[in-house]
Amino acid sequence: MLKTVKQLRDCYDVLIIGGGPAGLAAARAAWDGGARQVLIIERDSAPGGILNQCIHNGFGLHYFHEELTGPEYAGRCLDELADTEVELLLNTMVLSLDELPQEPGREALGGLLPEPVLATLNPDPLTGHPAHRVFAASPEWGSICLKSRAVILAMGCRERSRGAIRIPGTRPAGVLTAGAAQRYVNLEGWQIGRRVVILGSGDIGLIMARRLTLEGAKVLACVELMPYSSGLRRNLVQCLDDFGIPLLLSHTVTEIRGRRRVTGVTVCQVDTSRQPVAGTEQDFDCDTLLLSVGLLPENELTRAAHIPLDPRTRGAYVYENMETASAGVFACGNVAHVHDLVDYVSEESQRAGQAAAAYARGQGISGRAIPIQHGTGIGYTVPQSIHVDAAGTGQRDPAAAINLFFRVTRPQEHVSIALYDGDSCLKRWPRLRVAPGEMERLQLPPALLHGCGSGSLTLALEHAAPEEAGKND
Amino acid sequence: MYDCTIIGCGITGAAAAYLLSHYSLRLLMLEAANDVANGSTKANSAILHAGFDPEPGSLMARANVRGVEMAAEICRRLDVPRLNCGALVLAFSPDDQHTIRELYARGLANGVPGLRLLSAQEARQSEPYLADTVTGALLAPSSSIVDPWEYALAMAETAVKNGLALGLGRAVRRIVRPDSPSGKDYFELTDSQGQSYQSRFVINAAGVHSDQVHAMIGGHNFHIHPVRGQYFLLDKNAGRTCSHTLFQCPTAAGKGVLVSPTVHGNLIIGPDAEAVADPDNTATTAEALEYVRRMALRSLNNIPFGENIRNFAGVRAQSDRPDFIVEASPQSSRFINLAGIKSPGLSAAPALAEMALDLLAQAGLPLKRRSDYDDSRRRTRFRYLTPAQQSELIAADPRYGHVVCRCETITEGEIVAALHGPIPPRSLDAVKRHCNAGSGRCQGSFCGPRIHEIIARELGLPYEAVTQNDAGSYIVTAPTKGTGSKGVTAC
Repeated sequence: MLKTVKQLRDCYDVLIIGGGPAGLAAARAAWDGGARQVLIIERDSAPGGILNQCIHNGFGLHYFHEELTGPEYAGRCLDELADTEVELLLNTMVLSLDELPQEPGREALGGLLPEPVLATLNPDPLTGHPAHRVFAASPEWGSICLKSRAVILAMGCRERSRGAIRIPGTRPAGVLTAGAAQRYVNLEGWQIGRRVVILGSGDIGLIMARRLTLEGAKVLACVELMPYSSGLRRNLVQCLDDFGIPLLLSHTVTEIRGRRRVTGVTVCQVDTSRQPVAGTEQDFDCDTLLLSVGLLPENELTRAAHIPLDPRTRGAYVYENMETASAGVFACGNVAHVHDLVDYVSEESQRAGQAAAAYARGQGISGRAIPIQHGTGIGYTVPQSIHVDAAGTGQRDPAAAINLFFRVTRPQEHVSIALYDGDSCLKRWPRLRVAPGEMERLQLPPALLHGCGSGSLTLALEHAAPEEAGKND
Repeated sequence: MYDCTIIGCGITGAAAAYLLSHYSLRLLMLEAANDVANGSTKANSAILHAGFDPEPGSLMARANVRGVEMAAEICRRLDVPRLNCGALVLAFSPDDQHTIRELYARGLANGVPGLRLLSAQEARQSEPYLADTVTGALLAPSSSIVDPWEYALAMAETAVKNGLALGLGRAVRRIVRPDSPSGKDYFELTDSQGQSYQSRFVINAAGVHSDQVHAMIGGHNFHIHPVRGQYFLLDKNAGRTCSHTLFQCPTAAGKGVLVSPTVHGNLIIGPDAEAVADPDNTATTAEALEYVRRMALRSLNNIPFGENIRNFAGVRAQSDRPDFIVEASPQSSRFINLAGIKSPGLSAAPALAEMALDLLAQAGLPLKRRSDYDDSRRRTRFRYLTPAQQSELIAADPRYGHVVCRCETITEGEIVAALHGPIPPRSLDAVKRHCNAGSGRCQGSFCGPRIHEIIARELGLPYEAVTQNDAGSYIVTAPTKGTGSKGVTAC
């Protein structure tokens, strides 16, 4: 079990915001990297994050090499911290990073209160930068300001809600995000409806289709705006097909009805520009509409701290060590970009933890960083920039591959992923099939990039002859 | 026996309750919904208008100017968020230039302070994102924005604290007049739960249903023709897109839509105007929202509609008369109609209430001012306190250190305080209106189940009895398999 905080320290080596899988993995890696004053701040009353309500299995195949449920996966992450002195501060909400919390609206209540002036901090002798400040509130400690050499952002993501997709109609009870429904059913022990339509085929929606069916609800349809699902293939098979739940691709919900509780929804086919096609309306008689229409990295703290965000990932711009544009602030897991598999979150967060520990002992990464340009077919990459000369300089393990996550913009078959240094192709990786719903990963051998000459790297999706495409690796 | 009964607790009823509660009177207020401010009051532009729009000499003009003057004092006294952000009426054409000069003259006649005509360049200096097509603007510096539901709630709460009896979830179904064959000297009202009340005077502030209420005593001299308006509410990230309320000139093509900051730091955009048959039809439609979006983009170059967090619609209680209706019923001088309170009703409300008091006094209601009136009201808003104040608060009550609504930084302490306030909210949406928990960018996806639990715990309600909004808007249906009669507790 993790140590709970008995006393707050003057300054931490590594402070981690968020005690979900990202924060827990980052903490272990920071400890292994030599950081000794490591604190995880978690807003909930228990660590584990959203895994605690994901009681289905399918987690851990890559990272722990066995199939686990969400709570089991979280338990493993905690077990891995058992022999460390990493501390955990529960029930604590971080309000701001590096700046005093500024909530809009106070001017509407008779003028501003005098703000305390923040003392200027001296540069830390190890990092050469002033410590970062984290403002937080907790029932036990009050309103606190903690200092740390390095900070890891691991706040995760939240669900897009009805407003983001502008579904017209009434505003009754019974319209829930899939995650809120999951909490009601799995943690609170309450069913949320009897006849359900699910909009969006994201993984949580698919999982909930199965979960609600097992609880005795009738899931009438899963409706997806795009001509393909954004969920994992295994979930489409195991959660919809196995239960005979129809997946309506290129469809959307165009109206919600019911004054107090949902009484029905209208579903329409959409054309290639995603506009509803008149005359294709189908009415579903249902009492519940679940929304599984995408996840958004929760970067309110990041934005308020003026750390640049990538509009494509909606997370911070990060280097290959997961450091943001603010020196000593790292981001990992779903706050950096939304992952499909928690296993990759853990892996990515280990890199952030190691790098934060290195930064805290004065071994931050430096040198030439080259941004990765997006060629055709590439939706985003993480990292967005790579220090190409860091390997072999003591800043990075010379043998360690650089991990590059990316998503494609649309499903395609028989393609290759090509990495260019200026006009010359460094390497091609064949893929039998790619889809936006399945994050892709490349392991770049450090030697590949060392001495990258043109100052510009481009990742692109190219057609490949079927015989060259090989199979997914 | 009550001295006076107010039917409807929207902004108009709440203002009447607040003013009446200053006097030694036995007061009753009956509200059909399970919370106050749950009709037009919760779904409008949230503007305290400067008063340049209504026809000079009209009741509307007088009530608007007087109402916003009173609002400034009431909001200060009752701790209601109000911000004097000013407004611009934008002109895009020679016709519009003519209109804003007319509005300027009208405003002067109505006694609106500080009006000024601006060149396009001057307008752009104060609003950098104004569309290139703007040719000039009328500046109304006294225009303000307010939290409409807290404004109504604060007045209703203060009335309750001073002895008014409030019946929520009690729609008036039947009213028997004093001069009816019964020969009684009072009104007899019966509500939707079958309970009867006796009252010597009645104020009808039933909003979109005020004609139906008037008809209960045989009054038919006005009718409500409901007009629906639809809105976007954008995330606080978009809250600084403009700093004034930006109006458009009414033209043949429509009344124009406004873009405005809100007191909470969001951006509000709307409304359109569409006659609807059903006064409770607050559904949104794709066509109207698209119209609002297109119209708003005339005013500003770049409105980040991708930051939309909620669409909603409100129904304005427009009547078949051009002006507000503030008068005794022809059926009885002791039955006062406050009806047809369309825009600028939010601005005019306290002035309308003041006029209603005059009418009640004329009809024989003795108004004796109380010496023991308590109109202190202070809300604890954790997010606006300094760190030192926050620590002090948390030390006194640790629940203020537990942030439940992470988007708006609302603590458990604030939710609990609202639940034990003079008018306890009984649903998730009511909690949202009473203390803003769940009103942010995730719209309660995260905090909804947690607030659900707090409501059940604090009000001693069964978990399944907590609703989204009004009666019947149930959230959960039954316990999951194997959890018996009660849900398992969260781990």
